[in-house]
Amino acid sequence: MLSAMKYASPTTVAEAVDLLGAEPDARVYAGATDLIPQIRAGRPEPAVMVDLKRIERLCAIARRGSTYTVGAATPTADICAHDGLAAAFPGLVEASGLIGSDQIQSRSSWGGNLANASPAADTPPSLIVNEARAVIAGPAGERTVAASAVATGPGATSLSGGEFIVEFELDEPPARTADAYLRLIPRTEMDIAVVGAAARITLDAAGTVAAAAVALGAVAPTVVRVPDAEVALIGRRPSGDALVAVEAAAAAAANPIDDKRGTAAYRRQVAGVLARRAVAIAAERASQPGEQS
Amino acid sequence: MSRVHVTCTINGDPAEFLCDGGQTLLDALRDEAGLTGAKEGCGTGDCGACSVVMDGRLLCSCLVLAPEAEGATISTVEGMAAGDDLHPLQQCFLEGAALQCGVCTPGFLVAAKALLDRNPDPTETEVRYGLAGNLCRCTGYDKIVRSVLAAAQTVNES
Repeated sequence: MLSAMKYASPTTVAEAVDLLGAEPDARVYAGATDLIPQIRAGRPEPAVMVDLKRIERLCAIARRGSTYTVGAATPTADICAHDGLAAAFPGLVEASGLIGSDQIQSRSSWGGNLANASPAADTPPSLIVNEARAVIAGPAGERTVAASAVATGPGATSLSGGEFIVEFELDEPPARTADAYLRLIPRTEMDIAVVGAAARITLDAAGTVAAAAVALGAVAPTVVRVPDAEVALIGRRPSGDALVAVEAAAAAAANPIDDKRGTAAYRRQVAGVLARRAVAIAAERASQPGEQS
Repeated sequence: MSRVHVTCTINGDPAEFLCDGGQTLLDALRDEAGLTGAKEGCGTGDCGACSVVMDGRLLCSCLVLAPEAEGATISTVEGMAAGDDLHPLQQCFLEGAALQCGVCTPGFLVAAKALLDRNPDPTETEVRYGLAGNLCRCTGYDKIVRSVLAAAQTVNES
Protein backbone atom coordinates (compact mmCIF):
# COMPACT_ATOMS: atom_id res chain seq x y z
CA MET A 1 0.00 0.00 0.00
CA LEU A 2 0.90 3.63 -0.34
CA SER A 3 2.92 2.62 -3.35
CA ALA A 4 1.32 4.90 -5.93
CA MET A 5 2.79 7.99 -4.31
CA LYS A 6 5.98 9.65 -5.40
CA TYR A 7 8.52 10.88 -2.87
CA ALA A 8 10.37 14.18 -2.99
CA SER A 9 12.95 15.55 -0.57
CA PRO A 10 13.76 19.17 -1.36
CA THR A 11 16.76 20.70 0.40
CA THR A 12 15.66 24.34 0.29
CA VAL A 13 12.42 26.17 1.04
CA ALA A 14 12.39 27.55 -2.54
CA GLU A 15 12.69 24.06 -3.99
CA ALA A 16 9.79 22.87 -1.83
CA VAL A 17 7.64 25.82 -2.93
CA ASP A 18 8.41 25.03 -6.59
CA LEU A 19 7.51 21.35 -6.08
CA LEU A 20 4.18 22.27 -4.51
CA GLY A 21 3.51 24.77 -7.30
CA ALA A 22 4.17 22.15 -9.96
CA GLU A 23 1.92 19.50 -8.38
CA PRO A 24 -1.23 20.76 -6.66
CA ASP A 25 -1.86 17.28 -5.28
CA ALA A 26 1.43 17.19 -3.35
CA ARG A 27 1.43 17.06 0.45
CA VAL A 28 4.23 18.24 2.70
CA TYR A 29 5.07 16.21 5.77
CA ALA A 30 7.52 16.16 8.65
CA GLY A 31 7.10 13.01 10.73
CA ALA A 32 4.02 11.66 8.92
CA THR A 33 2.78 10.34 12.28
CA ASP A 34 -0.68 11.70 11.48
CA LEU A 35 -0.55 11.65 7.68
CA ILE A 36 0.34 7.99 7.06
CA PRO A 37 -2.34 6.68 9.47
CA GLN A 38 -4.88 9.02 7.80
CA ILE A 39 -4.00 7.64 4.36
CA ARG A 40 -4.20 4.09 5.68
CA ALA A 41 -7.63 4.92 7.12
CA GLY A 42 -8.87 5.85 3.67
CA ARG A 43 -7.95 9.47 2.97
CA PRO A 44 -6.96 9.94 -0.68
CA GLU A 45 -3.27 9.41 -1.35
CA PRO A 46 -1.48 12.57 -2.44
CA ALA A 47 0.38 12.30 -5.75
CA VAL A 48 3.64 13.35 -4.12
CA MET A 49 4.81 13.18 -0.52
CA VAL A 50 7.16 16.12 0.06
CA ASP A 51 9.53 15.34 2.93
CA LEU A 52 10.54 18.63 4.57
CA LYS A 53 13.18 17.18 6.89
CA ARG A 54 16.11 17.57 4.45
CA ILE A 55 15.67 21.34 4.55
CA GLU A 56 18.09 22.56 7.18
CA ARG A 57 15.91 25.47 8.28
CA LEU A 58 12.97 23.15 8.95
CA CYS A 59 14.93 21.17 11.56
CA ALA A 60 17.03 23.87 13.22
CA ILE A 61 16.73 25.42 16.67
CA ALA A 62 18.41 28.82 16.87
CA ARG A 63 18.37 31.97 18.92
CA ARG A 64 18.76 35.33 17.22
CA GLY A 65 18.88 38.18 19.71
CA SER A 66 15.93 37.69 22.00
CA THR A 67 14.00 35.45 19.58
CA TYR A 68 14.10 31.69 19.31
CA THR A 69 13.41 30.10 15.95
CA VAL A 70 12.40 26.45 15.86
CA GLY A 71 12.10 24.65 12.53
CA ALA A 72 8.58 23.39 11.90
CA ALA A 73 9.78 19.81 11.31
CA THR A 74 12.19 19.68 14.28
CA PRO A 75 11.52 16.42 16.16
CA THR A 76 9.93 17.06 19.53
CA ALA A 77 12.65 14.81 21.01
CA ASP A 78 15.17 17.51 20.02
CA ILE A 79 12.96 20.26 21.44
CA CYS A 80 12.73 18.40 24.77
CA ALA A 81 16.52 18.01 24.86
CA HIS A 82 17.13 21.74 24.30
CA ASP A 83 18.09 23.39 27.59
CA GLY A 84 17.40 26.95 26.42
CA LEU A 85 13.86 26.15 25.30
CA ALA A 86 13.17 24.11 28.42
CA ALA A 87 14.25 27.00 30.65
CA ALA A 88 12.35 29.69 28.73
CA PHE A 89 9.19 27.71 27.91
CA PRO A 90 8.88 24.82 30.37
CA GLY A 91 5.18 24.27 29.69
CA LEU A 92 5.58 24.28 25.93
CA VAL A 93 8.43 21.79 26.20
CA GLU A 94 6.35 19.57 28.51
CA ALA A 95 3.49 19.67 26.02
CA SER A 96 5.92 18.70 23.26
CA GLY A 97 7.13 15.71 25.28
CA LEU A 98 3.60 14.45 25.84
CA ILE A 99 3.05 13.62 22.16
CA GLY A 100 3.06 9.84 21.75
CA SER A 101 5.81 7.37 22.57
CA ASP A 102 9.58 7.68 22.27
CA GLN A 103 9.16 6.34 18.74
CA ILE A 104 6.71 9.12 17.90
CA GLN A 105 8.88 11.74 19.64
CA SER A 106 11.57 11.00 17.05
CA ARG A 107 9.19 12.22 14.34
CA SER A 108 6.51 14.50 15.80
CA SER A 109 6.92 18.25 15.31
CA TRP A 110 5.28 21.57 16.16
CA GLY A 111 4.57 22.21 12.48
CA GLY A 112 2.82 18.90 12.03
CA ASN A 113 0.98 19.17 15.33
CA LEU A 114 -0.38 22.61 14.37
CA ALA A 115 -1.03 22.01 10.65
CA ASN A 116 -2.76 18.67 11.25
CA ALA A 117 -5.25 20.83 13.16
CA SER A 118 -6.54 18.21 15.56
CA PRO A 119 -8.60 19.99 18.25
CA ALA A 120 -6.85 17.77 20.84
CA ALA A 121 -3.27 18.58 19.76
CA ASP A 122 -1.01 19.15 22.76
CA THR A 123 1.35 21.91 21.62
CA PRO A 124 -0.98 24.54 20.08
CA PRO A 125 -2.37 25.83 23.43
CA SER A 126 1.19 26.31 24.69
CA LEU A 127 2.39 27.87 21.43
CA ILE A 128 -0.52 30.29 21.67
CA VAL A 129 -0.02 31.39 25.30
CA ASN A 130 3.63 32.04 24.43
CA GLU A 131 2.53 34.16 21.44
CA ALA A 132 4.45 32.00 18.99
CA ARG A 133 4.49 33.14 15.38
CA ALA A 134 4.47 30.80 12.40
CA VAL A 135 6.60 31.71 9.39
CA ILE A 136 4.77 30.40 6.34
CA ALA A 137 6.31 29.94 2.88
CA GLY A 138 4.34 29.81 -0.34
CA PRO A 139 4.25 30.95 -3.94
CA ALA A 140 3.98 34.60 -2.84
CA GLY A 141 7.04 34.40 -0.59
CA GLU A 142 7.08 34.24 3.19
CA ARG A 143 4.57 35.64 5.64
CA THR A 144 4.45 35.55 9.42
CA VAL A 145 1.22 34.99 11.35
CA ALA A 146 0.29 34.31 14.96
CA ALA A 147 0.28 30.56 15.68
CA SER A 148 -3.33 31.07 16.83
CA ALA A 149 -4.30 32.01 13.25
CA VAL A 150 -3.22 28.71 11.63
CA ALA A 151 -5.88 26.18 12.66
CA THR A 152 -9.44 27.17 11.69
CA GLY A 153 -11.31 23.96 12.55
CA PRO A 154 -10.80 20.21 12.85
CA GLY A 155 -8.35 19.31 10.08
CA ALA A 156 -8.66 22.78 8.53
CA THR A 157 -6.08 25.59 8.42
CA SER A 158 -5.68 29.08 7.03
CA LEU A 159 -2.76 27.89 4.87
CA SER A 160 -3.59 28.28 1.21
CA GLY A 161 -2.51 26.03 -1.65
CA GLY A 162 1.22 25.53 -1.85
CA GLU A 163 1.91 27.01 1.57
CA PHE A 164 3.64 25.30 4.47
CA ILE A 165 5.01 26.29 7.89
CA VAL A 166 8.78 26.84 7.79
CA GLU A 167 9.53 27.70 11.39
CA PHE A 168 8.19 29.16 14.59
CA GLU A 169 9.40 32.33 16.29
CA LEU A 170 9.18 32.74 20.05
CA ASP A 171 10.30 35.83 21.90
CA GLU A 172 12.31 35.35 25.07
CA PRO A 173 9.77 35.80 27.89
CA PRO A 174 10.01 38.87 30.13
CA ALA A 175 11.40 38.56 33.66
CA ARG A 176 9.29 36.65 36.22
CA THR A 177 7.42 34.81 33.46
CA ALA A 178 6.74 31.09 33.07
CA ASP A 179 4.25 28.76 31.44
CA ALA A 180 2.71 25.38 32.24
CA TYR A 181 0.66 22.79 30.37
CA LEU A 182 -1.55 20.06 31.81
CA ARG A 183 -3.68 17.52 30.04
CA LEU A 184 -6.06 14.82 31.14
CA ILE A 185 -5.93 11.40 29.51
CA PRO A 186 -7.50 8.19 30.82
CA ARG A 187 -4.11 6.49 31.17
CA THR A 188 -0.63 7.81 31.87
CA GLU A 189 0.91 7.54 28.39
CA MET A 190 0.04 7.13 24.72
CA ASP A 191 -3.36 8.76 24.59
CA ILE A 192 -5.04 11.83 23.21
CA ALA A 193 -6.09 14.74 25.41
CA VAL A 194 -9.59 14.75 26.84
CA VAL A 195 -8.78 18.30 27.91
CA GLY A 196 -5.55 20.31 27.69
CA ALA A 197 -4.84 23.59 29.47
CA ALA A 198 -1.92 25.98 28.97
CA ALA A 199 -1.14 29.07 31.04
CA ARG A 200 1.55 31.70 31.00
CA ILE A 201 1.95 34.12 33.86
CA THR A 202 4.12 37.21 34.32
CA LEU A 203 4.46 38.48 37.87
CA ASP A 204 5.55 41.94 38.96
CA ALA A 205 8.19 42.47 41.63
CA ALA A 206 5.50 42.35 44.34
CA GLY A 207 4.20 38.97 43.19
CA THR A 208 0.95 40.12 41.60
CA VAL A 209 0.05 39.12 38.09
CA ALA A 210 1.19 41.61 35.46
CA ALA A 211 0.24 39.55 32.41
CA ALA A 212 -1.65 36.30 31.92
CA ALA A 213 -2.60 34.01 29.06
CA VAL A 214 -4.80 30.93 29.37
CA ALA A 215 -5.72 28.59 26.50
CA LEU A 216 -7.63 25.31 26.35
CA GLY A 217 -7.31 22.38 23.95
CA ALA A 218 -9.74 19.57 23.08
CA VAL A 219 -12.81 21.49 24.25
CA ALA A 220 -13.75 23.24 20.99
CA PRO A 221 -13.02 22.97 17.25
CA THR A 222 -9.87 25.04 17.77
CA VAL A 223 -7.85 26.22 20.77
CA VAL A 224 -9.91 28.49 23.05
CA ARG A 225 -8.35 31.51 24.73
CA VAL A 226 -9.92 32.42 28.08
CA PRO A 227 -9.82 36.22 28.30
CA ASP A 228 -12.09 36.27 31.37
CA ALA A 229 -9.52 34.21 33.26
CA GLU A 230 -6.75 36.55 32.14
CA VAL A 231 -8.69 39.63 33.27
CA ALA A 232 -9.48 37.95 36.60
CA LEU A 233 -5.78 37.40 37.27
CA ILE A 234 -4.23 40.72 36.32
CA GLY A 235 -3.42 42.91 39.30
CA ARG A 236 -4.07 40.12 41.79
CA ARG A 237 -2.03 37.44 43.47
CA PRO A 238 -2.39 34.13 41.63
CA SER A 239 -4.14 32.36 44.49
CA GLY A 240 -7.44 32.11 46.33
CA ASP A 241 -10.33 33.96 44.71
CA ALA A 242 -8.35 34.71 41.56
CA LEU A 243 -7.87 31.00 40.92
CA VAL A 244 -11.55 30.32 41.64
CA ALA A 245 -12.37 32.91 38.98
CA VAL A 246 -9.94 31.24 36.54
CA GLU A 247 -11.65 27.89 37.04
CA ALA A 248 -15.11 29.35 36.46
CA ALA A 249 -13.99 31.32 33.41
CA ALA A 250 -12.28 28.31 31.80
CA ALA A 251 -15.29 26.06 32.37
CA ALA A 252 -17.52 28.73 30.84
CA ALA A 253 -15.21 29.24 27.83
CA ALA A 254 -15.06 25.53 27.01
CA ASN A 255 -17.41 24.45 24.25
CA PRO A 256 -16.83 20.70 24.16
CA ILE A 257 -18.56 17.77 22.51
CA ASP A 258 -19.59 14.39 23.88
CA ASP A 259 -17.43 11.63 22.48
CA LYS A 260 -15.82 8.36 23.52
CA ARG A 261 -13.14 10.23 25.48
CA GLY A 262 -15.53 12.14 27.70
CA THR A 263 -18.85 13.89 27.99
CA ALA A 264 -19.20 17.58 27.36
CA ALA A 265 -20.13 18.20 31.00
CA TYR A 266 -17.09 16.31 32.25
CA ARG A 267 -14.79 18.13 29.84
CA ARG A 268 -16.17 21.50 30.93
CA GLN A 269 -15.50 20.72 34.57
CA VAL A 270 -12.02 19.35 33.87
CA ALA A 271 -11.19 22.40 31.73
CA GLY A 272 -11.77 24.59 34.76
CA VAL A 273 -9.71 22.41 37.08
CA LEU A 274 -6.77 22.06 34.69
CA ALA A 275 -6.74 25.78 33.88
CA ARG A 276 -6.65 26.64 37.59
CA ARG A 277 -3.81 24.17 38.21
CA ALA A 278 -1.86 25.28 35.14
CA VAL A 279 -2.08 28.92 36.25
CA ALA A 280 -0.90 27.97 39.74
CA ILE A 281 2.08 26.01 38.38
CA ALA A 282 3.03 28.76 35.92
CA ALA A 283 2.82 31.37 38.69
CA GLU A 284 4.93 29.24 41.03
CA ARG A 285 7.56 28.86 38.33
CA ALA A 286 7.45 32.57 37.54
CA SER A 287 8.14 33.36 41.19
CA GLN A 288 11.35 31.32 41.17
CA PRO A 289 14.38 33.08 39.69
CA GLY A 290 15.93 29.68 38.90
CA GLU A 291 13.23 29.06 36.32
CA GLN A 292 14.24 32.11 34.32
CA SER A 293 16.58 31.64 31.39
CA MET B 1 6.50 3.74 -12.50
CA SER B 2 10.19 3.98 -11.78
CA ARG B 3 11.37 2.72 -8.45
CA VAL B 4 13.62 4.59 -6.04
CA HIS B 5 17.14 3.34 -5.46
CA VAL B 6 18.16 3.65 -1.81
CA THR B 7 21.70 3.26 -0.50
CA CYS B 8 22.11 3.03 3.24
CA THR B 9 23.82 1.16 6.07
CA ILE B 10 21.87 -1.58 7.81
CA ASN B 11 23.30 -3.21 10.94
CA GLY B 12 26.77 -1.99 10.05
CA ASP B 13 26.78 -3.30 6.50
CA PRO B 14 26.34 -1.29 3.31
CA ALA B 15 22.93 -2.03 1.82
CA GLU B 16 20.90 -0.98 -1.18
CA PHE B 17 17.40 -1.70 -2.32
CA LEU B 18 14.77 -0.56 -4.77
CA CYS B 19 11.47 0.70 -3.35
CA ASP B 20 8.35 2.56 -4.36
CA GLY B 21 8.00 6.20 -3.39
CA GLY B 22 5.10 5.50 -1.08
CA GLN B 23 6.40 2.25 0.37
CA THR B 24 7.09 2.28 4.09
CA LEU B 25 10.52 1.58 5.49
CA LEU B 26 8.99 -1.42 7.26
CA ASP B 27 7.82 -2.94 3.98
CA ALA B 28 11.15 -2.19 2.31
CA LEU B 29 13.11 -3.81 5.14
CA ARG B 30 10.92 -6.89 5.02
CA ASP B 31 10.19 -7.25 1.32
CA GLU B 32 13.18 -5.64 -0.39
CA ALA B 33 16.04 -6.10 2.09
CA GLY B 34 14.83 -9.47 3.40
CA LEU B 35 14.96 -8.42 7.05
CA THR B 36 11.73 -9.75 8.53
CA GLY B 37 12.53 -9.11 12.20
CA ALA B 38 10.53 -5.88 12.36
CA LYS B 39 6.84 -6.73 12.32
CA GLU B 40 3.72 -4.93 11.21
CA GLY B 41 1.25 -4.80 14.06
CA CYS B 42 -1.02 -1.78 13.75
CA GLY B 43 0.57 0.10 10.87
CA THR B 44 -0.28 3.38 12.59
CA GLY B 45 2.55 3.95 15.05
CA ASP B 46 0.71 2.72 18.13
CA CYS B 47 2.17 -0.74 18.78
CA GLY B 48 5.92 -0.43 18.19
CA ALA B 49 6.33 -3.91 16.66
CA CYS B 50 8.11 -2.28 13.70
CA SER B 51 10.60 -0.33 15.86
CA VAL B 52 14.02 0.29 14.33
CA VAL B 53 16.71 2.90 14.95
CA MET B 54 17.49 5.25 12.07
CA ASP B 55 20.31 7.77 12.41
CA GLY B 56 20.26 7.35 16.17
CA ARG B 57 16.51 7.80 16.52
CA LEU B 58 14.13 5.07 17.67
CA LEU B 59 11.10 5.14 15.39
CA CYS B 60 8.21 3.16 13.98
CA SER B 61 9.33 2.03 10.53
CA CYS B 62 5.67 1.81 9.47
CA LEU B 63 5.51 5.63 9.65
CA VAL B 64 8.69 6.22 7.64
CA LEU B 65 8.71 6.28 3.85
CA ALA B 66 11.43 3.98 2.53
CA PRO B 67 13.14 6.64 0.36
CA GLU B 68 13.86 8.59 3.56
CA ALA B 69 16.46 5.92 4.32
CA GLU B 70 18.77 7.25 1.60
CA GLY B 71 22.16 7.77 3.24
CA ALA B 72 20.84 6.68 6.64
CA THR B 73 22.28 4.30 9.20
CA ILE B 74 19.67 1.78 10.34
CA SER B 75 19.76 -0.76 13.16
CA THR B 76 17.24 -3.57 13.35
CA VAL B 77 16.78 -6.51 15.69
CA GLU B 78 18.84 -8.63 13.30
CA GLY B 79 21.91 -6.60 14.29
CA MET B 80 21.61 -7.02 18.04
CA ALA B 81 23.37 -10.36 18.52
CA ALA B 82 27.11 -10.59 17.85
CA GLY B 83 27.22 -13.75 15.79
CA ASP B 84 26.00 -16.53 18.06
CA ASP B 85 26.29 -14.36 21.18
CA LEU B 86 22.94 -12.92 22.07
CA HIS B 87 22.71 -9.34 23.28
CA PRO B 88 22.14 -9.25 27.07
CA LEU B 89 18.59 -8.03 26.42
CA GLN B 90 17.88 -11.04 24.22
CA GLN B 91 19.42 -13.40 26.79
CA CYS B 92 17.43 -11.86 29.62
CA PHE B 93 14.20 -11.99 27.59
CA LEU B 94 14.80 -15.72 27.08
CA GLU B 95 15.68 -16.39 30.70
CA GLY B 96 12.87 -14.19 32.01
CA ALA B 97 10.24 -15.66 29.70
CA ALA B 98 9.49 -12.15 28.48
CA LEU B 99 7.68 -13.38 25.40
CA GLN B 100 4.88 -15.69 24.46
CA CYS B 101 3.74 -15.35 20.84
CA GLY B 102 6.82 -13.25 20.03
CA VAL B 103 5.37 -10.81 17.50
CA CYS B 104 6.08 -7.79 19.67
CA THR B 105 9.51 -9.04 20.81
CA PRO B 106 11.73 -7.55 18.07
CA GLY B 107 10.18 -4.13 18.68
CA PHE B 108 10.57 -4.44 22.44
CA LEU B 109 14.21 -5.48 22.06
CA VAL B 110 15.05 -2.59 19.73
CA ALA B 111 13.20 -0.08 21.92
CA ALA B 112 14.76 -1.47 25.10
CA LYS B 113 18.24 -1.25 23.59
CA ALA B 114 17.57 2.38 22.59
CA LEU B 115 16.42 3.03 26.15
CA LEU B 116 19.51 1.44 27.74
CA ASP B 117 21.82 3.20 25.27
CA ARG B 118 20.37 6.49 26.49
CA ASN B 119 19.84 5.55 30.13
CA PRO B 120 22.01 2.59 31.19
CA ASP B 121 20.53 2.33 34.68
CA PRO B 122 16.81 3.04 34.42
CA THR B 123 14.28 2.73 37.21
CA GLU B 124 11.28 0.48 36.72
CA THR B 125 9.15 3.57 36.10
CA GLU B 126 11.58 4.79 33.44
CA VAL B 127 11.46 1.38 31.75
CA ARG B 128 7.66 1.40 31.74
CA TYR B 129 7.50 4.91 30.28
CA GLY B 130 10.35 4.19 27.87
CA LEU B 131 8.52 1.16 26.49
CA ALA B 132 5.06 2.77 26.46
CA GLY B 133 5.22 2.81 22.68
CA ASN B 134 5.39 -0.99 22.50
CA LEU B 135 2.32 -3.11 23.00
CA CYS B 136 2.29 -6.76 24.10
CA ARG B 137 -0.99 -8.65 24.27
CA CYS B 138 0.47 -11.79 25.91
CA THR B 139 2.79 -11.17 28.80
CA GLY B 140 1.15 -8.45 30.84
CA TYR B 141 4.46 -6.53 30.53
CA ASP B 142 5.83 -7.45 33.94
CA LYS B 143 8.26 -10.06 32.68
CA ILE B 144 9.40 -7.71 29.94
CA VAL B 145 10.08 -4.90 32.40
CA ARG B 146 11.92 -7.23 34.78
CA SER B 147 13.98 -8.63 31.91
CA VAL B 148 15.01 -5.16 30.78
CA LEU B 149 16.04 -4.28 34.34
CA ALA B 150 18.01 -7.54 34.56
CA ALA B 151 19.73 -6.78 31.25
CA ALA B 152 20.65 -3.32 32.48
CA GLN B 153 22.28 -4.89 35.51
CA THR B 154 24.17 -7.39 33.32
CA VAL B 155 25.44 -4.65 31.02
CA ASN B 156 26.49 -2.44 33.91
CA GLU B 157 28.35 -5.26 35.68
CA SER B 158 30.25 -6.39 32.60
